[in-house]
Amino acid sequence: MTVVGADPMAESAPEQTGEQVSAAERPEAWWSVVWSSKKARVGVVVVGLYVLIALLAPLIAPHAPTDGSFVPLEPPSGAHLLGTNVGGQDVFSQLVYGSRVSLLVGLLGGTLATVIALVVGLVAGYAEGTVVDDVLSFVTNVALVIPVLPLIITLVAYSEVRGIGLIVGVIAITSWAGAARGKRAQIITLRNRDFVTAARFSGDGPLRIIFAEIMPNMTSLVAAAFVGAATGAIGAEAGLAVLGLGSSDAVSWGTILYQADAAGAVSQGLFAWVFVPGLVLAVLITAMSFINFGVDLLSNPHLREG
Amino acid sequence: MRYYLRKLGFFVLTLWAVVTINFLIPRVQPGDPAEIMVQRLAGKNAQLDQAQVQAMRDLLGTPTGSLGSQYVQYLGQLLRGDLGLSYNYYPFEVTRVIGQAFWWTVVLVTVVQVLSFVVGILLGAFAAWKRNGRFDTTVTLVSTFLGTLQPFWIALLLIYGLGYSLGWFATSGGYEQSTPGFNGAFLYDAVSHAFLPALTLMIVTPIGWILGMRNTMIMNLSEDYIKLAKAKGLPDRVVALRYAARNALLPSVTGFALALGGVLGGTILVETVFDYPGLGRLMGEAVGLKDYPLLQALMLLTAVATLVANLVADLLYGVLDPRVRRSQA
Repeated sequence: MTVVGADPMAESAPEQTGEQVSAAERPEAWWSVVWSSKKARVGVVVVGLYVLIALLAPLIAPHAPTDGSFVPLEPPSGAHLLGTNVGGQDVFSQLVYGSRVSLLVGLLGGTLATVIALVVGLVAGYAEGTVVDDVLSFVTNVALVIPVLPLIITLVAYSEVRGIGLIVGVIAITSWAGAARGKRAQIITLRNRDFVTAARFSGDGPLRIIFAEIMPNMTSLVAAAFVGAATGAIGAEAGLAVLGLGSSDAVSWGTILYQADAAGAVSQGLFAWVFVPGLVLAVLITAMSFINFGVDLLSNPHLREG
Repeated sequence: MRYYLRKLGFFVLTLWAVVTINFLIPRVQPGDPAEIMVQRLAGKNAQLDQAQVQAMRDLLGTPTGSLGSQYVQYLGQLLRGDLGLSYNYYPFEVTRVIGQAFWWTVVLVTVVQVLSFVVGILLGAFAAWKRNGRFDTTVTLVSTFLGTLQPFWIALLLIYGLGYSLGWFATSGGYEQSTPGFNGAFLYDAVSHAFLPALTLMIVTPIGWILGMRNTMIMNLSEDYIKLAKAKGLPDRVVALRYAARNALLPSVTGFALALGGVLGGTILVETVFDYPGLGRLMGEAVGLKDYPLLQALMLLTAVATLVANLVADLLYGVLDPRVRRSQA
């Protein structure tokens, strides 16, 4: 093994013999590995489409999501593709703008949860067997057994103003534990590799070793944890919104469903109002779990096709 | 023995952590419940009357004193089973309000979990046995897709389809005409109301068992003892059920205990959508009405139930699989 620390595959792949070194030295780039999975390709395209819609929301949506100047509770028509809600707002426009909230919550919540999981998991694993590990592992185990949704609900219920920031923060601090445990297990297997020992002898501090030397070898695990956390955050935001705990400053798919349920959309035959927001949410989450199939190929080369 | 002591120690420490978190949540958040209550009664723009706020504090029994003395007071109340008075159902105690909703959720969820467990284990085992066959592919794909759906959305669709359009099942509440009690009319009423919430949960809950069982079973099928069993000429059914499935079941046993403990988490949204009179709807209601003592008690109850289930699962696992006991002791 020549360059260490730069290439995630070399460490997890089985020992290569001399003849194969030239091939093994140039591993496939991570994106081409992910792209090689048909499912992941579909997932990437669909999520890309959602991102495009979110970015171009003002061009796509015919009305502002808060514009309540239409006849309330209209069924779907040419003028209002998904009808209007109680407040006389265009549901289709709300749906288009809602993609911004879901993607933002996924991006920010996923990033924050992954960062917490990385720091806790890596430090605990690197310090395995010490007091630091005992404390961090205990905190992780506690966070793992406390039921997440009731805790999120309780935390959010107490705050008067519910911005996206609060919701993202609460989701992140309640949902990092599983990933942290995975990172801890992973670093324990990497910790005693030669390149780590070399770094230690050359006088690097533990934090530098953990985050600059070892972490780059865990790209695939980090990516998988991020996609997982982002998916969870999107689902949790929708769930909170359905309970009436959604962000007070933006329309999301969850708040659309909440309004539809509260207005008795189902009993009034306004089927599209309930059906479409849940469907776009389900398609997004399916696409994200498809991407994770591709990310799994990174960490487990045995799964690669061909 | 050390294994059991370790698990017990972790249980006690976690219990303490959960209780403390529950104590701290309302205290680190801004806003005084008494002020909020008075504000709500007086209207949005009315001036806050401090005398009224004080009266409200006395009424609600809001704790006073330093954080430390409040903590001691709180622990003492917990030990006596005193979780305070509900704001919404004032002057009823929180424990009493919870007691009325408790059985609705427990019966619903126990039935759903037991059925899901059996269905999931059987489907998962069969899929693994016929790995990569048509049955396996279908089950895996359908489970993966259904797993991405939000239960509350499934609930809304079922209400629309089977409730309003076809009119087959009641779509909200727990019972209608009959009086609660152990009689035929009430049981029929309750079951027909519970059917749609149960169906919603039945679409989602077996998925974890199916995929989990399939994976463990596939791993077990490549073990030597399976090869030996096959080489001995044992019938397929015996190898699949008595050998592979039986061993693959072990991790699922602990999972089952956990699922029963996590009862509330999974049903909050479904119960809210169906207006089903259980703990989940109670929590949704407590959120909407800012009934903080009730909300906190429900949070604590869920956490403690999960912890206890966790402990039982760990202890049971130690009995069922001695390898775990040895490796972790």
